[in-house]
Amino acid sequence: MTSAAEHLDPALRVEALASLLSERGLIDEAIIERFVKTYEQSVGPMNGAKVVAKAWTDSDYRARLLADGTAAIAELGFKGPQGEHIVVLENSPTVHNVVVCTLCSCYPWPVLGLPPSWYKDPAYRSRIVREPRQVLREFGLDLDDQVEVRVHDSSSEVRYMVLPERPAGTESRSEEELAALVTRDAMVGVARAAAP
Amino acid sequence: MDGIHDVGGMQGFGHVQELTPAPPFGEPWERKAFAIGALSARIAGTNLHAFRHAIERVPPQEYLSGYWNRWTIGAQIMMEDSGIVTDEEVRARAARLSGRDVPEPQPPTPNKPQMPSGGAGNLRSVERPPAFAVGDRVRAADLHPAGHTRLPRYVRGRAGTVTALQPSAVFSDTAAHFLGENPQHCYAVEFDSRELWGQEAEPFSLSIDLFEPYLEPVT
Repeated sequence: MTSAAEHLDPALRVEALASLLSERGLIDEAIIERFVKTYEQSVGPMNGAKVVAKAWTDSDYRARLLADGTAAIAELGFKGPQGEHIVVLENSPTVHNVVVCTLCSCYPWPVLGLPPSWYKDPAYRSRIVREPRQVLREFGLDLDDQVEVRVHDSSSEVRYMVLPERPAGTESRSEEELAALVTRDAMVGVARAAAP
Repeated sequence: MDGIHDVGGMQGFGHVQELTPAPPFGEPWERKAFAIGALSARIAGTNLHAFRHAIERVPPQEYLSGYWNRWTIGAQIMMEDSGIVTDEEVRARAARLSGRDVPEPQPPTPNKPQMPSGGAGNLRSVERPPAFAVGDRVRAADLHPAGHTRLPRYVRGRAGTVTALQPSAVFSDTAAHFLGENPQHCYAVEFDSRELWGQEAEPFSLSIDLFEPYLEPVT
């Protein structure tokens, strides 16, 4: 692989690699399919949404979640790769947390699944650590000047998840109904939880 | 390495992408790309740090040509290093899959690295006491290693405050090069935006997790 090498179509490169590796007995289609299906169907932001909804309705759980995110998240059965140590950051009317990985694409897989395209894109990674208020405005989140902004760059094995504020007018909602309001974007800190 | 991956604070990338609830994979090949990359460290006998470093070594123009493209090329680079495949083989197979009758080169001789692991995952205990405590003022060292590091350019030489001790962990800088797990203490360090970007910066704080060898005391 040299910088002078001609660009190979990525889909074709993947097919060529898969073909060589499978010939050598190093991968097989069944393993690939099982692996991919896990992240398409069972591991995704719906897991994090359950964590958030439980924290909104159970103050003891909320306290445990903020004290030891990894353990409290594991109580709901969510653990695995990219979740060895998860720290939960609480957003409030006065503090707004937002998460990035400037060096690659570190992300808390057990609760949020695989990162979305915008999170891995150089525009987000370069700018959120330099002009977060402006970037959040571009995403549609206009924060009051009084709100303290805290940006977290995931540079070690620690993974971060944001606990968004519970939307107003949701007092009578069940935990399940609340989970439906929690978006992936809110748990990264680039949006608020949806209003009902 | 001071590579294309270290984008924190760079200018010129334009608007952020629109927030959409899109699924993790767009085109079908991206599913297979994900699986190959995710399994590549096991296939190559390496580790996650080496995979990250392989992606850092993807040529800049390819790095910027989409996430799953750089992910796949990174996996290939790491497997080339371990003698699992060669670029010539991949290109020849790609040509044959496209219907061109080109000869296929001989496969390489496997040459997997040998690095004993202290166990699963990356969290480790460190016997010696931590050098810094919560509240200490520290400066990120001005290091420019040619190899892998998790010390981004934008904090080097800047002073901040330790806000938490994170779990100690395998040191990425040595593990990526199979020079040992070399576990280190790790600290959350908070920087004022003006320390990073000058007096005109937006008001905010930046928190980043830094391994002990990246830090110097501020006296």
